[in-house]
Amino acid sequence: MPYPPYFTAEHDLFRQTVRRFVEQEITPVVAQWEEVGEFPRDILRRMAELGFLGVHYPPEVGGQGGDYFMAVVLAEELARSGAGGFPMALAVQTDMATPPIWRFGTAEQIARYLIPALKGEKLACLGITEPDHGSDVAGIETRARREGQGWLIQGSKTFITNGPRADFMTLVARTGDTPGYHGLSLFLVDLDLPGVVRTRLDKVGMRSSDTALFHFDQVRVPQQALLGEEGQGFYHIMWELQGERLISAAGALGSAQYAYDIACDYAKARKLFDRSLTGFQVIAHLLAEMATEIEAARQLTYETAWNFARGTISAKDIALAKLVSARMVNWVVDRAVQILGGHGYVADWPLERMWRDVRLNRIGAGTDEIMKEIISQEMGLRNS
Amino acid sequence: MKILVMVKQVPDTATRIRINSDGTGIATDGIKWIINPYDEFALEEALRLREKFGGEVVAVALGPSRVEEAIRQSLAMGADRAVHIKTEAELDASLVAEALGAVAREEGFDLILTGKQAVDDDAAQVGARLAVVLGVPQVTVVLKLEVDAESRRVRAERELEGASEMVEAPLPAVLTAQRGLNEPRYPTLPNIMKAKRKPVTVKTLEELGVGTVLQARVMALTLPSERPAGRILEGEPEETVRELVRLLHEEAKVL
Repeated sequence: MPYPPYFTAEHDLFRQTVRRFVEQEITPVVAQWEEVGEFPRDILRRMAELGFLGVHYPPEVGGQGGDYFMAVVLAEELARSGAGGFPMALAVQTDMATPPIWRFGTAEQIARYLIPALKGEKLACLGITEPDHGSDVAGIETRARREGQGWLIQGSKTFITNGPRADFMTLVARTGDTPGYHGLSLFLVDLDLPGVVRTRLDKVGMRSSDTALFHFDQVRVPQQALLGEEGQGFYHIMWELQGERLISAAGALGSAQYAYDIACDYAKARKLFDRSLTGFQVIAHLLAEMATEIEAARQLTYETAWNFARGTISAKDIALAKLVSARMVNWVVDRAVQILGGHGYVADWPLERMWRDVRLNRIGAGTDEIMKEIISQEMGLRNS
Repeated sequence: MKILVMVKQVPDTATRIRINSDGTGIATDGIKWIINPYDEFALEEALRLREKFGGEVVAVALGPSRVEEAIRQSLAMGADRAVHIKTEAELDASLVAEALGAVAREEGFDLILTGKQAVDDDAAQVGARLAVVLGVPQVTVVLKLEVDAESRRVRAERELEGASEMVEAPLPAVLTAQRGLNEPRYPTLPNIMKAKRKPVTVKTLEELGVGTVLQARVMALTLPSERPAGRILEGEPEETVRELVRLLHEEAKVL
């Protein structure tokens, strides 16, 4: 059903199409991907072919020309695969590592990195977090020094989604001695260069997505590897993080809705003492509460996305939406597991996997604590 | 090559069906509607033929305004334009065939494709009746199709029970699609957005000169009766076996 002003009949048809694609081409194989710890790269090319990659980029850069809510639809529907890993990897490809190329890149950088990424030919990753610095972007230590006609990169990046197999990284590195915000710059680094060392990391969930620790040992990149303005990297990456947080909130809505749908169907069908589970007030009210929490997070996220799509980027609203949806999806999936009891805990149902996966929503793209820090700063509380 | 595809909107096969209050049809509130899956095979085949030979694919659908959704999906899959025969009336297969035939005569065509049957009433009437209304050859339950545009002939493999049959027919003709003919495409996002701008012509039954007097009317529609609970015979084996044999003879009548 159209959901004005956010979703039109076109969004509905796109949702129906993605849902069918997920049911036919992802859900039946995603358990295998989880088992081997990565998704097959063919699926990106397949999605590009179907017009599912870069839905909100303009056609000139290889996008599909849709609006931001098409990306919201895609994030919500991919979550219904019951696995968070692959949708997260895809979000890194289209909504995290590549938007800075579109926004700050030269025509040559767009042709060399963005267009192949949106065709599913090149796999992208984003290098912000370091072993000693996560959410504190200003503390970044990875260093890029000018040398001859190019730059020499030295340092480490960790928790890098798509890292083990990525073809290039959108990297944040320190280029100046000014401490804090002013000495950072963005680079596009080909990962087959000498001196790039990667180690695969194991993790509790999100297992259909592969993750790496990188070490850059005197990696030489050309002058043209600089993305955007030298010294403006902090502002560039802060811009990127807004979109990253918003699309992660949309994915959380999709996961929560899917967990709710599973729990609700189960509760209606499951009989206990000759009644269905929903015949018990304790379960009926729990489902009502789950639906309420989802809807509240949904309204906040859609409203923020609506403004974001129209150029009003509010770091505070985005932090609110990210915080609320991350906490909500953990709460909802945990309750869904409880409603299914043993079935919620065994791998025959997708809930145990979702329960492991959604824990990352409270950490990735900025922790709950960082969201609260942003909100309190924007409220002027931290300076008073 | 101009191809018409007759598309019917049907309840999603996953929808739980309820009977309406007067017991003559299904309750349509809250139902999710889809394109009849067999019609999707027909549409996909039409799009592939257009990709090969050029020309035009026109989707034709009949029904109330909700049918617009099926039309939009047909356009998003790639049909060039659509005709919507808009009516709230419940028609039987003969009237539907007449209405579709009237549109086909107005439009002109080389080929008409549709599903071998619709998954809602499973009548499998409209394709065949349409060929009769138009006086053209029909090939039903098509599993494989080759079109020779130059000689204007089709060669089609039909599925029979445990066998297959190869049929040739001249164009224009009506063909009905069987599952397995192809794998229907997903509408891509750019095509979904383009669909909005593709022309849809709305026609009424009056304009087409088709009445609403039914030849066949549904008298009553009921859900299958619930299976009665099983019976467990208790007692000594000699008695229960005797009783079981008696029941198999007299009640179940299988012996």
